[in-house]
Amino acid sequence: MREFIVTRIFQLVVTMFIVSLLVFLMVRLRGDPISIMAPPIFNQEQIEALRAAWGFDKPVLEQYAIFLRKAVTGDFGISFFQRLPAMEVVIARLGNSWLLAAVASLIGLTIAVPLGILSALKRNSLLDFASTALASLGTAMPSFWLGLMLIIVFSVYLRILPSFGALEPKAIIMPSLTLGVGMAARLSRLTRSAMLEVLNQDYVRTARSKGLQGKHVVLRHALRNALIPVVTVFGLQLGWLLGGSVVVESVFAWPGLGRLMVESINVRDITVVQAGLFWFSLSFILINYALDAFYMLIDPRIRIG
Amino acid sequence: MENIEVGKASTEYISTLPPPRSLFTRVTSALFRSPIGVAGTVIVGFVILLAIIGPQISPHEAVGHNLRARFKPPGYSDSSGDYILGTDQLGRDILSRIIAGSRVSVLVGIVSVLIAGTIGVTYGLVSGFIGGYVDTVMMRIVDALLSIPFIVLVVAISGVVGAGLGTLILILGCTGWVTYARVIRGEVLKVREMEYVVAAYAVGQNRPLVMLRHILPNVISSAIVLAAVQVAVTILAESSLSFLGLGVKTPTVTWGLMLADGKAYINSAWWMTFYPGIAITVTVLGVVFLGDWLRDFLDPNIRARA
Repeated sequence: MREFIVTRIFQLVVTMFIVSLLVFLMVRLRGDPISIMAPPIFNQEQIEALRAAWGFDKPVLEQYAIFLRKAVTGDFGISFFQRLPAMEVVIARLGNSWLLAAVASLIGLTIAVPLGILSALKRNSLLDFASTALASLGTAMPSFWLGLMLIIVFSVYLRILPSFGALEPKAIIMPSLTLGVGMAARLSRLTRSAMLEVLNQDYVRTARSKGLQGKHVVLRHALRNALIPVVTVFGLQLGWLLGGSVVVESVFAWPGLGRLMVESINVRDITVVQAGLFWFSLSFILINYALDAFYMLIDPRIRIG
Repeated sequence: MENIEVGKASTEYISTLPPPRSLFTRVTSALFRSPIGVAGTVIVGFVILLAIIGPQISPHEAVGHNLRARFKPPGYSDSSGDYILGTDQLGRDILSRIIAGSRVSVLVGIVSVLIAGTIGVTYGLVSGFIGGYVDTVMMRIVDALLSIPFIVLVVAISGVVGAGLGTLILILGCTGWVTYARVIRGEVLKVREMEYVVAAYAVGQNRPLVMLRHILPNVISSAIVLAAVQVAVTILAESSLSFLGLGVKTPTVTWGLMLADGKAYINSAWWMTFYPGIAITVTVLGVVFLGDWLRDFLDPNIRARA
């Protein structure tokens, strides 16, 4: 266990170091970051002043050293649009994004796991066929388009849900449903195939032959083992969820990190973009580490091995 | 004596078998036996056809305004013709714009995936083949890139570099390679230890030759299956970016931009949002079907069972 934690911390540090390099280089993709930041009305003298103020006149390696030293302490500079530290701007939005991701994951798992189990138990039935069709459709559909369709039905025609913002609790229903349905589509097929595989195992047959009831076998013996691949893919799907949140948050004007990224890019607020990318990366890695730890809880083979 | 007889018998047996079929026949006959494969081929073929002959069959000009026919619902017709799927805020025909938009999706889907595939396969091949510290460093870079969600990365880069069709294709190509790199590298690690690779070394072939002639052909099928998935991912990414205003810009017609227009008038003209989304969904569904079939066809384990 201790070895596991030490390796993971080391990996995290290395990965975040590379991410910092990427984030640093990215704003220099066009050569001069000033060309992104300076308003077009600036004259040469003003541009030079801005360059000096941001330290872009120093050698690149020195710039990176300064960037890295500050980034380690969470200092990504000042958001020149909001006139606040970029990290503060980002953290203010994190709570909303996490809430949305959590509710969406909950919806996704609540749909996908029972549907996957039922499809596996009643293989080739009408239900199985219907859930395959829905899963394909849900994967192919752009998530933000599903969101727009929900707005048309629930906000424009039925007028029962707000189409934007986060002012009332029910505002979370549509954005989380949009993301949750996409996630369910991606997970239900996988739950089905994992269950099918496990149901053929010896221990399931043993459990049945010693006279245990079907429900007990499915939930206690099969599901626990089928959950491992489901959890793995759930972790990878969180990347999709975080990415999808960028577009879905923009559709619903949900004040989270995703929408902040798009807004900041539109006003060329690069410090916020950098801090945001950093958080996206860090949360993705940490969630996957948490899932690794979760495997150890549900599977003694991994704990010992 | 006995050996000769056995040899004779098997020669006779072989002569009774039908002649070996060409790759093309094998692919097509397997394709038409699978409903998913047929559905995928029909949809993808139809979209590609639209992209090629679109302007010839399009009922109206995709960018032609008709201000007297603004916001007309599906089924509207006037002296200038029928508007089966309705019109947008400038009186442009939705159907014609969907046809025109297929061009961008096909172009982005194919070109970006080719760029990404080439970079990713090369990267994964080199990383897995060299191994050791080089491999560790190369894979850490991949891990770091994969830790930032694809869309977020592309959104940020296109914000810095700027928008436009060419730039977008390049950005999607230069960020999409990471998945290939990881998958191909994993395959190389497996194939590298195979006996035929050891045998190739034993007969004195040099390392680059072994890599290109013995390892690459055995890992490429994973890349092909992945490419089909990535075409779908890329088409969805393009529509998301154009929707956010960070991808292709007007006057180029894309389904994502049509959805952005549709969102602005979502209270009054649902058809502006509904139909372009259907176009994206159906296209992606076709690509996914074709990819599923391709995976089953190229994976010998599944093929043997079927």
